[in-house]
Amino acid sequence: MLPKLRLRHRDIVCQQAVELMTDYIEGVLPRATRRRFEAHLAGCPHCTEYLEQMRTTIGLAGTITPEDVPAQLLDEFIAIYRDWSADQDGEPG
Amino acid sequence: MDSEPDAVLLGLLRAGDEQAFVTLVRRHHAAMLRLACAYVPSVAVAEEVVQDTWVGVLRGIASFEGRSSVRTWLFRILINRARTAGVREARSVAVGDVEPAVDAARFDSTAHWAAPPEHWTQLADDRLHAAKVADRIRSAIEELPQRQRQVVTLRDVDGMTSEEVCAVLDISEANQRVLLHRGRSRVRQVLETEFGRA
Repeated sequence: MLPKLRLRHRDIVCQQAVELMTDYIEGVLPRATRRRFEAHLAGCPHCTEYLEQMRTTIGLAGTITPEDVPAQLLDEFIAIYRDWSADQDGEPG
Repeated sequence: MDSEPDAVLLGLLRAGDEQAFVTLVRRHHAAMLRLACAYVPSVAVAEEVVQDTWVGVLRGIASFEGRSSVRTWLFRILINRARTAGVREARSVAVGDVEPAVDAARFDSTAHWAAPPEHWTQLADDRLHAAKVADRIRSAIEELPQRQRQVVTLRDVDGMTSEEVCAVLDISEANQRVLLHRGRSRVRQVLETEFGRA
């Protein structure tokens, strides 16, 4: 089980910090929690590295390049368009 | 035409511009295919879903009112079609399941790191290894549970905002973040396991 994320009276510890990483990156941590989180990072090289790894993970996901539509498939899409277009022209108004 | 915004292309398409249609198809195809793959058992079925989506888009083009972005509208149509074709939906994992970002065994009794993160990020910058890392992250995302995979793909691969993802998948901001957190955490762990050095 996870330790309860009760952060009011105590400093954040590593196991809690890793669960706050996404909220921190997303910028949605409440201000007081964010301060505690950043205070923890300032004293914890492991969690600092973990945060960097999360950011690298996100960056790497963004580099997955979209493949272009294969020519044959594109022809099928164009056929779909032309069918539709012909139907449109056939309709009055 | 490649640099025109979706809304402009949609207007051109309405006016009967085939090239506008082709541009829209090419722009969104990869993301649509990836999303469809999260619902159906094979790429072949996913391709059918994407084609079916464009049929639906053309039929519904007159009724698109621009209340959402074109992309959100497109992806919502896709998901409706994919659900009809899909069989994986039932396997989706409930958001409420507790799954830690990091295995609890890696922390000591005071919840500090006992087995700290191993180093691997510099490998991603290293040309020799970059292709391998890129390859692994692709498969790591594919291996995620369905809901996590959808959110991570839309957010981190396709670059959607959290608002767009919530609209497309019809989930709350809080659920979106939980799924994103689980998904990203798992992918990070895969990369550490594969490439990490103490």
